[in-house]
Amino acid sequence: MAATVKQIWDWLEEVSDPEIPVLTVTDLGVVRDVDLIEDGALITITPTYSGCPAMNEIEENIRVVLSEKGIQNIKVKTVLSPAWTTDWMTEKGKEKLREFGIAPPEGSSSDKSVLFGKAKQVTCPHCKSTETEMISQFGSTACKSLYKCTSCLEPFDYFKCI
Amino acid sequence: MDTKLLEYTLRLGDNALILGQRLVEWCGHGPVLEQDIALSNIALDQLGQARMLLQYAAEQKGEGFTEDKLAFFRPEEEFKNALILELPNEDWGFTLARQFYFDTYNYFLYSELLKSSDENIKAIAQKAIKEISYHAQWSAEWIIRLGDGTEESHHRIQKSIDDLWEWTGELFTKDEIDLFAENDNIGPNLDVIKENWHEKVSQILEIATLKKPEAEWMQSGGKQGSHTEYLGFILAEMQSLPRMYPEANW
Repeated sequence: MAATVKQIWDWLEEVSDPEIPVLTVTDLGVVRDVDLIEDGALITITPTYSGCPAMNEIEENIRVVLSEKGIQNIKVKTVLSPAWTTDWMTEKGKEKLREFGIAPPEGSSSDKSVLFGKAKQVTCPHCKSTETEMISQFGSTACKSLYKCTSCLEPFDYFKCI
Repeated sequence: MDTKLLEYTLRLGDNALILGQRLVEWCGHGPVLEQDIALSNIALDQLGQARMLLQYAAEQKGEGFTEDKLAFFRPEEEFKNALILELPNEDWGFTLARQFYFDTYNYFLYSELLKSSDENIKAIAQKAIKEISYHAQWSAEWIIRLGDGTEESHHRIQKSIDDLWEWTGELFTKDEIDLFAENDNIGPNLDVIKENWHEKVSQILEIATLKKPEAEWMQSGGKQGSHTEYLGFILAEMQSLPRMYPEANW
């Protein structure tokens, strides 16, 4: 019996992000569309950052998971537009990030100001204090910046808004 | 195939590729870990943008072309990047001064490319502008930090700002490809980009207590394929492996 679109979406929940394994590709919002094609499925994804090295692996992981479910013809298409934004991350995804020790993106991506935009107020994922400061705009991966908490003194990653 | 559109795409792609390749040289050599990571992140963004743009160029060139083929198998004179991007990194201040000049240009350019009549360039710009905004903010902050820093940092960054000045003119000089892009609404009117750029650069330099250079004579030729001796060395390093083992794979 052929899989339904809903089933495929559910199966994609098993595909995790290689850099942040607590997140699935559906939590991240990189899966844009699922279409049924002859003997299989066409999955449309969009990159988070243009140079993100995780994208190839995500594509590969989608193939592995779906073929394990018995889908024969798996096509993965990458689209650039509309561009991915942290607004597409699910609430569940944000909660998982926080539990993992990464501060989730705060608020909407659209209010980012260029050149001396004041850094956003970010809540420490460890002690929930809002007394935090940015150490660097750029972190361990393209999607994160580096913060430290001035209350509990722990450094932490912040998933930055784009 | 529209050769002018291809040429325009290559210029955008090569700017991203050559700058990305240059910045990668800093990886493991930054003054502190956080800034090493920052520059590597920016390099990665540039290479990602280069990939999208060269993929589009390869698509235009047709069968048998890929972004890798364009990056690894073209000779110097077929590269269309601006000369400023191929200059050696020198010290941290020199790298940051170039980054400031170029990021500011790139920010205004890509803000306009968001309105491109070419759907592919528009889509790439939508993706890239989010990254470029972070780059532009970071490099401007560094110019202020160095300019308004110690006596030595002030003196050295002023020298880099002056030395790089003559390489900025090319970014705004229109040739037939730029005019084609402007007329077909693929790319912006470079006069407008120039005006925005001067305004922002003056503003940041003033905050940084630095003097804006006044020299009028400008270098040119990169976007037409006439390069400095430095590009050859970049390509020699970047292309050697795929040229030696054309079928090499991870």
